[in-house]
Amino acid sequence: MPGLEDLYREIILDHYRNPRNRGELPSPPARRAEGFNPLCGDEVVVFLDVAPDGTVDDIRVSGQGCSISQSSASMMSAAVKGKSADEVRALVRAFKAMMSIHEHTLEGEDDGAGATGEGDGAANGVRLGDLEALRGVVKFPVRIKCATLAWNTLLQSLDEEPAAS
Amino acid sequence: MSLDVAEIKKQFPILDRQINGRPVVYLDSAATSQKPRAVLEAMERYYELHNANVHRSVYQMAAEATEAYENARHRVQRFIKAPSEREVVFTKNATEGLNLVVQSWGRANLREGDVVLLTHMEHHANIVPWQMLAAERNLTLRWVPLTSDGLLDLTDLDRLLDGAKAFAFTAMSNVLGTINPVRLLADRAHAHGAIAVVDGCQAVPHLPTDVAALGADFLAFSAHKMCGPTGIGVLWGREALLDAMPPFLGGGDMIRDVRLDGFTPNELPVKFEAGTPPIAEAVGLGAACDFLTGLGMANVRTHEMQVVGYAIEQLTQRFGDDVTIHGPRNVEQRGGALSIGFKDLHPHDISQVLDQSNVCVRAGHHCAKPLMRLLGVSATARASFYVYNDEADADALCDALADADTFFSL
Repeated sequence: MPGLEDLYREIILDHYRNPRNRGELPSPPARRAEGFNPLCGDEVVVFLDVAPDGTVDDIRVSGQGCSISQSSASMMSAAVKGKSADEVRALVRAFKAMMSIHEHTLEGEDDGAGATGEGDGAANGVRLGDLEALRGVVKFPVRIKCATLAWNTLLQSLDEEPAAS
Repeated sequence: MSLDVAEIKKQFPILDRQINGRPVVYLDSAATSQKPRAVLEAMERYYELHNANVHRSVYQMAAEATEAYENARHRVQRFIKAPSEREVVFTKNATEGLNLVVQSWGRANLREGDVVLLTHMEHHANIVPWQMLAAERNLTLRWVPLTSDGLLDLTDLDRLLDGAKAFAFTAMSNVLGTINPVRLLADRAHAHGAIAVVDGCQAVPHLPTDVAALGADFLAFSAHKMCGPTGIGVLWGREALLDAMPPFLGGGDMIRDVRLDGFTPNELPVKFEAGTPPIAEAVGLGAACDFLTGLGMANVRTHEMQVVGYAIEQLTQRFGDDVTIHGPRNVEQRGGALSIGFKDLHPHDISQVLDQSNVCVRAGHHCAKPLMRLLGVSATARASFYVYNDEADADALCDALADADTFFSL
């Protein structure tokens, strides 16, 4: 049976207690997208300042939810800031691949996140870094939606038409 | 008479189950109850001996199946003290029963500008169907507010009911546990010319039910929350109202005649039971009614007051202000559904730690998002008690909560 420490790694709890890039950006000009987990009521709102060349200049996250959804949002915000649109999309793909239970065995998997740093992300040429800490969520399938909520919302905001200013 | 919980537990095979070498502490009966052996065996016996379609053929097994199905209806009639079996309509669940009322009675009786009164503590099943018809017919929905301790605030009830055609409310909140004064609310609705539609999904499994005494016009509930199977529920309605209503779903069984130019609906209650019904599930529901009647619903109520009272007392003693209890603390005013907040921990995180001790609670918005917004939370953790729960289960909840506190304080 997976233990709590597989799920709640220290870095996750740190992001939960001290969320990065928390707040809002004036929208417009920032793009804004809302994500809901209709099962549990978690909400994430992503604000994105995207430069004309597609670089994520700034990001803020607001909303409310469990430690997994909120820390995942916080870690995501730290990871995408300053990245190009293509890099962000690659990161989202890599993260969602890590969260896909079909590509993982639920038992006996090496979950030495961070220690190896050679997850699926690395295979795609994308380093997940701290985000590897969320790998343990896969062992708790009900919580996967918590971890991916912010990422789906980020994709939504990327796909948004730039807000008219 | 108090319930012998140790003896009752033995009748629920699933409560024998151990996960990771420890017993299961099931505190999620407000979501769905567990099923006693008597219900499981009745359904198995039906399939092994009597399975055939109902209301159709003349061979013996078909007659037995029809008899089993109608016998289940009779048991439900007795369980809720309905004056007639014609008033007991089998549905899929309480949600379908409420949709039936809105789609059939509502479409026949509500016009643009008409008012329907709901309350802030309703389950989505008693909100969304009305909103769907309101959007189509341009109805006005009004809402009874709540007091700070989670009771309906009836101060302005007469003003809210003024001009209303229907008042739809829950008999017991699935989040707050609040027991609403159905008789009083139904009488006030009638005084204003409105019908009273009652969501009995939480109340019928936990309180003695007498539809004549309740004074309402419709009462919807689900079998699976009262020791019965999933897939079947009941809509009780006053015969005169049901008789005047158009059918809900069309198909087999609900017709008396079909011609190329139209159809004639069947009599009550099958007028509202299109298609092959959940026969084995009806048999299971009948057995569940017998099971609960055997315990005595007054005893069930007394037992739950004891256990939930003990849980509230222990939570308060052990955790003080760290624990928030949503809804009334007075056990006279509440049922066994106990929603709590703990420090600033998210209910998902709480229930995740509780799961390590096999303590099963529901974490989420409980299909009552307007109420969550009113409470100012995105979710709650809800422990709900039933006939197979005792003080030891309440202690297990408190112990697991202490574990959660330790884990997240580190």
